[in-house]
Amino acid sequence: MAPTTCTISLTVNGHPHVAEVEPRRLLVDFLREDLGLVGTHIGCEHGVCGTCTVLLNGASIRSCITFAVQADGAEISTVEGLARGAEMHPLQDEFSEKQGLQCGYCTPGMLMRACEILAENPDPTPAEVRSAIASNLCRCTGYQFITEAVIGAAARMRATKEVAS
Amino acid sequence: MKPPPFSYAAPTTLAEAVGLLTEHAEAEPRVLAGGQSLIPLMNFRLAKPGYLIDLRNVAGLSGIRREGDILIIGAMTRMSEVERSPEVAVAAPLLAEAVGLVAHTPIRNSGTIGGSLAHADPAAELPAVALASDADLVATGPAGTRRIAAAEFFSGPFSTALAPDEILTEIRLPLWPGGHAFVEFSRIHANFAVIGVAALIDLDGDRIGRAALAITGVAPTAIRATAAEDVLAGADATDVTAAAAEAAGAAVADLTPPGDLHASPQTRLALARTYLRRGIELATSRARNER
Repeated sequence: MAPTTCTISLTVNGHPHVAEVEPRRLLVDFLREDLGLVGTHIGCEHGVCGTCTVLLNGASIRSCITFAVQADGAEISTVEGLARGAEMHPLQDEFSEKQGLQCGYCTPGMLMRACEILAENPDPTPAEVRSAIASNLCRCTGYQFITEAVIGAAARMRATKEVAS
Repeated sequence: MKPPPFSYAAPTTLAEAVGLLTEHAEAEPRVLAGGQSLIPLMNFRLAKPGYLIDLRNVAGLSGIRREGDILIIGAMTRMSEVERSPEVAVAAPLLAEAVGLVAHTPIRNSGTIGGSLAHADPAAELPAVALASDADLVATGPAGTRRIAAAEFFSGPFSTALAPDEILTEIRLPLWPGGHAFVEFSRIHANFAVIGVAALIDLDGDRIGRAALAITGVAPTAIRATAAEDVLAGADATDVTAAAAEAAGAAVADLTPPGDLHASPQTRLALARTYLRRGIELATSRARNER
C-alpha cells in the first residue's frame, strides 16, 4: 500500500500553516525541515532527552515522539516564539545572565519546559524547579545554573505582571 | 532514526476505527493513542505497523466520570489530566499516586491511560493499579463490546487479552474505601521502575479487613500478591510492622524474577520485599488516618 500524505493545519508561534506531510513525519522534523524552525533540537529521537520539547496547546511534549499529523489543529510554540523582536524573553535573559547553558544543545527544550513550569506555578521553589526539569537532560551544567535561571525568570515575570496589573 | 512509511487514518467514530482495524488487517495495523510507547518503538523500527489508526478524533474516548461506586476513565484520557483530576484524587487515589510516577510531565501530557494499559509493559505502573483495584477493562471489536477483568487482561510482556481487531475504550475502577500506596524503586527519577508495588488496605476496626497488593518487576506481567493478602487479613492495624514483613516474605517466597542489567533476580527479590513492606505500612497508616 503506497503511503499517502495528509493535509494538516496548525498554528506555530501564532502563524497559521497548512501543509502536506507524510504520516510518518515527526513533528520535530516538520518544524525543522518543512518550516525551517531549527531552534528545536533533535537529541535521542526516542523521547528520553527532552531537547525537542515544544508546547502543544500550552503543554510540553516531546516533538520527536509525536507525529506532525497528531498536531493537526493544534497551537505549537517553539523557542523561536519566545523573544519579542530584539527583546529576549525573561527566561532567555536569565539563562544568559546566570549561565544556564554551556554547549546550548538542551537549551531550547529547557526553555520551553520552563515556560510550562512557570505557567503552572509562577513562584516555584528551587527544589520544585529541579524536580520539574528532570524531564530534560543537560550534560554540561549540572542543572544548578539552569535552576537559578528559572527562579530568576520567575521573579522577573511576577514583577512584570504586578506592574501590568 | 525515523519510522518506516505507513498509512494513516484518524477516524471520528469507534465503529469506523474498529472497521479500519479489520479492513487493513494484512497491514498489521496498530492503534495510536498518545504514541509515547509506540512511536519510540517505530523510531527504532522495532515496530513496523503498515497502518496506524489514530484515536485522537474519536468522540467519547476521553474523560473521567463516576457511576456509583465505579470510577470510569476513558482510554484516551491523558495521564496528566488524570494526575490533576480532583475526582481521581478522591475516588482512586492509588491511580493518582501511580500516574504521577509515570515518566515525566511531557510524556504524561501526551500519554494516555488506555495506551499504557494496552501496551502492557511489565515495568509499567498502571497494570499494577488495575490488578490491585480489580478493575475491568472495556474493549470494543467487530463482535461488540466486552468487559475484561484486569486479572485476565495482562497475558505476558507487552501482550494482553485484546484481540487484534479490538480497541480498549475505558477502564472501570471500583472505589476502595481504605488506604492506598504506590511505591517504587527506580535508579533515576522517573525512569521505569525496577520494582513497583500497589497496595490497598481496608480496615475492620483496628484490624486489617481486606488487602489488595500488586507488584511489577518480578514476573512477565504485574502480578497480584495473594499470599501476602492472606497473611494481612485480620492483622493488627495499629502496629502492622511485623505483619507487613511477614506478608512481604510470603509474597516473594515463590517468585523467580528475571535478572537483567537493571537488577539481578536477588536484588529484585530484596527490593520487592522492602517495597511491599513499605507499601503495606503506608497504605495501612493512611487507612487509619482517613477514618
